[in-house]
Amino acid sequence: MTNAMLKSAKGNKIANRQAISEVLLELAKENKDILVVTSDSRGSASLVEFGKQLPSQIVEVGIAEQNLVGVASGLAASGKKPFVASPACFLSMRSIEQIKVDVAYSNTNVKLIGISGGVSYGALGMSHHSLQDLAVTRAIPGLDVMMPADRHEAKKMIEALVEYDRPVYLRIGRNPVEDSYASENYEFHIGKAVTMKEGTDITIIASGETVRIALDSAVALQQEGIDCRVINMHTIKPLDKESILKAAEETGRIITIEEHSIYGGLGSAVAEVVSQSNPVPVRILGLPDEPAIAGKTAEVFEYYGLSIDNVRKIAIQMVGGR
Amino acid sequence: MNKIEFLKRKATEIRMELLTMIYEAGTGHTGGSLSNTDILTVLYYHIMNADPNNPKWEDRDRYVQSKGHAVESYWAILADKGFFPKEELKTFSQFNTRLIGHPNNKVPGVEMNTGALGHGLPISVGMALAAKMDGKSYRVYTLMGDGEQAEGSVWEGAMAAAHYKLDNLVAIIDRNGLQITGTTEDVMSLEPFGAKWSAFGWEVVEVDGNDIEQLVTVLENTPNVAGKPTLIVANTVKGKGISFAENVAKWHHHVPSKEEYQLAMEELSKQLEVQQ
Ligand SMILES: Cc1ncc(C[n+]2csc(CCOP(=O)(O)OP(=O)(O)O)c2C)c(N)n1
Ligand SMILES: [Mg+2]
Repeated sequence: MTNAMLKSAKGNKIANRQAISEVLLELAKENKDILVVTSDSRGSASLVEFGKQLPSQIVEVGIAEQNLVGVASGLAASGKKPFVASPACFLSMRSIEQIKVDVAYSNTNVKLIGISGGVSYGALGMSHHSLQDLAVTRAIPGLDVMMPADRHEAKKMIEALVEYDRPVYLRIGRNPVEDSYASENYEFHIGKAVTMKEGTDITIIASGETVRIALDSAVALQQEGIDCRVINMHTIKPLDKESILKAAEETGRIITIEEHSIYGGLGSAVAEVVSQSNPVPVRILGLPDEPAIAGKTAEVFEYYGLSIDNVRKIAIQMVGGR
Repeated sequence: MNKIEFLKRKATEIRMELLTMIYEAGTGHTGGSLSNTDILTVLYYHIMNADPNNPKWEDRDRYVQSKGHAVESYWAILADKGFFPKEELKTFSQFNTRLIGHPNNKVPGVEMNTGALGHGLPISVGMALAAKMDGKSYRVYTLMGDGEQAEGSVWEGAMAAAHYKLDNLVAIIDRNGLQITGTTEDVMSLEPFGAKWSAFGWEVVEVDGNDIEQLVTVLENTPNVAGKPTLIVANTVKGKGISFAENVAKWHHHVPSKEEYQLAMEELSKQLEVQQ
């Protein structure tokens, strides 16, 4: 039972960062070792309230993302459970050597939360987009990579991460996303993909905020008589290869959709698996290899075909060619 | 009208323009753009050699805006100087614009793309070093935020500039005392600030960064020590010019409501009347 919401019920106003900060505050009240570490980023991370209620459990380093991750790794090496929260663009680029060496290589229990991920910052431009973060973090041994689909999954993910003694990079967006789950009432396991909808003609694999687009596309495809499976790959590493190969075997074609460069992210990860075991056609939807056009998330998604309409068209093409 | 009066008036006009851009776009970095308006006005209308009709002129002075987020005053000035049509300011932060929320070198007059803090000084060191190599006399100006000073790369650049004796490099710090979370001294203390730069081998000058006259005097006489880069600590007020935005942290990226916008424009109009 996945508890997925096939039809979108528009109206959620709670951003994933808000959901995360609420659960972190609850958990940190009970465990003094849980810390948040910020780089003039507590406002963007919705952690102002955390800082007010637990001032001794927030460490502020100022606008210094390398120091941020270095300090967090030292805290972790000394028994603390630091949750770093900083814009995904800076965290995954400015601090990447600290992530590779101080966190992943030294295996310190640091949780890295990349906020305002993808193109959340809209017209602030490429310096503020994080469209390479999955590619770079995925290639670092010892670092897990995750993206929650909605506020329910974000909460369950944080609860799981508090008990998970490994370095993790977790990316979320800035704005509220429509729910993909009806409630928190479902089983969540790190590294185990969720089949949001069964289907036999084609599979759409999505992560993070594109899961909602995948579900909406599947509903649209039903009307075309196409029975579409939807997989929520909330953990991009370690990747649930089994679910991918099962989808390849049972549906014969795959579309991936992600808020990331077409290079090195979810689509690449899926293609790496199928090409080596069961090479079925895979179409990778993401942002092309160019500085993204300026605009709000919805405008940018529409422009690059991360839309229900485009997924529908591509699915019809692929299934038509069966 | 004498030069000082002209510059004061210009700065107020730029404030009105940038506020309108932010209000209409519904996004922008209001406080930091208002704090650096006077500095940019003096640089662009009095100090720097720049030619809007030949933006790539090889002897031009270079300007790198390291605190890229406060781009609105910069766009307003570049448009007013004629680097691109003023009409284009209406596209600020809109779909498919080149006038995005940070400096973008697809726009004439902009040298480098910035937005990630802590990049401007190392870039400027490279430009100043190239001028020395080529025996050119252009100067390089860069503007940094005070919150930005927490970035290690600022101090890496600081060391290199002194090492290479870059007396053609002028770095200006918009010392408005605020960053996003609150005051710089609460978030990550900087003081004794000027002393840090002196210890790194820079010639340090302090100025009221919202006082046009002082800025003119200091920048006209800069750089003033051979073999040393110059650091100007420009003490400013974040949100300068709009009484209710001054020194209020949330105005970092607060977008004025309709009421706030009208009040602010009234205040600025009154300042303009006095400056007639
Ligand atoms: C590397 C990097 N980290 C974080 C940010 C996000 N950010 C944008 S503006 C800002 C605060 C800047 O404060 P300050 O340097 O004092 O600028 P000002 O007060 O002049 O606006 C921050 C943290 C960024 N743009 N770049
Ligand atoms: Mg400041």
